[in-house]
Amino acid sequence: MRGVLAACLLSLLPGSVAAQQDSIPHSLSGQPGDPARGRAIVANRTVGLCLLCHSGPIPEERFQGNLAPSLEGAGLRSTPGQLRLRLVDARRLNPDTIMPPYYRTEGLTRVARNFQDKTILSAQQIEDVVAYLATLKD
Amino acid sequence: MIRLRLAVALAGVFCASLAVAQATDPRRSGYLEMGPALQKMQDDDTANPAMLFVQAGAATWAEKVGTAGKSCADCHGDAAVSMRGVAARYPAVTPPLDRPVDLGRRINLCRTTHQQAPALEAEGNDLLALSAFVTLQSRGLPIAPPEDSKLAAMQAQGADLYKRRQGQLNLSCASCHDDNAGRKLAGATIPQAHPTGYPIYRLEWQALGSLKRRLRNCLVGMRAEPWEEGAAEYLALEAYLMDRARGMPLDAPGVRP
Repeated sequence: MRGVLAACLLSLLPGSVAAQQDSIPHSLSGQPGDPARGRAIVANRTVGLCLLCHSGPIPEERFQGNLAPSLEGAGLRSTPGQLRLRLVDARRLNPDTIMPPYYRTEGLTRVARNFQDKTILSAQQIEDVVAYLATLKD
Repeated sequence: MIRLRLAVALAGVFCASLAVAQATDPRRSGYLEMGPALQKMQDDDTANPAMLFVQAGAATWAEKVGTAGKSCADCHGDAAVSMRGVAARYPAVTPPLDRPVDLGRRINLCRTTHQQAPALEAEGNDLLALSAFVTLQSRGLPIAPPEDSKLAAMQAQGADLYKRRQGQLNLSCASCHDDNAGRKLAGATIPQAHPTGYPIYRLEWQALGSLKRRLRNCLVGMRAEPWEEGAAEYLALEAYLMDRARGMPLDAPGVRP
């Protein structure tokens, strides 16, 4: 009976359930991210790789991509938890996404030897990037 | 006079239909994605750096080698006649083998069987240069892979590889060259990946290079393990890409950034 009641209450709160499925609310490293470090990761085309596909408010990097949405306003469109999920493994939202999974190695094939069993970014680097993206509110 | 008028009218219809075919074909050579300076470099044989390799290839064509003491020309004669259209067909099944090979392998088969000379190093400058010389004889001709069941099987294998995601970045060839062609990757326009100009002189390489070398560059970018040298996967992808570009004119030797 209590279970049924709980289920009814949950069904009244679809927003919170969806938010759970749509985000990773807690820091992966247990530490807060640093926006300045995050900006440097985003700008670096061999570390974050972000600007290969996205454009963003980083004017000193002239060669930016347009395969993916601009990072401008990312902090307005998404919560830090939603940004974190999209970085960790965007396949969970869209299996056909072109966005690489930055913190998952499952389901990858023929990974180059020097990247085998390694994630693209570390837990703390993900937090730093989330912290930077959350500042993009224009 | 009437006959002349008819000929002019027919020529007009032909030109118009060709223009329509070009206008409606959504396929674009990577040449069209380059700026005017690089297009001019490719178009001008005195400025195209690949033409230096073509000259070296022409010398190799005429050189008597091997225990047979024969040159390519001794059997094939004038390359402008005998090699016209050849490069537009490869990879293809060729005797004495019973499976598709690429143009470089075909040249080396001639070296080892008819000239009785050692094979040229795969992707080495000598073989690239001779391939470029042979390919030049098909400049402007439509890419025309032969109808062959063994080649078709290889094309199908290549199509599968083209769509398969791989590497740490979990991308396929199709992720960029089908789904996002024409968009900018790090500021550079993503081409549709039609192999119309190989071997190409790539400014980034400062050298003439093969389609295999270009494929390896993409694999490294995807953080995927490149296949080992001579692997069947490269040939399968080449066979698929040539079939995908069927009918497009060869514009080799190409220049690319």
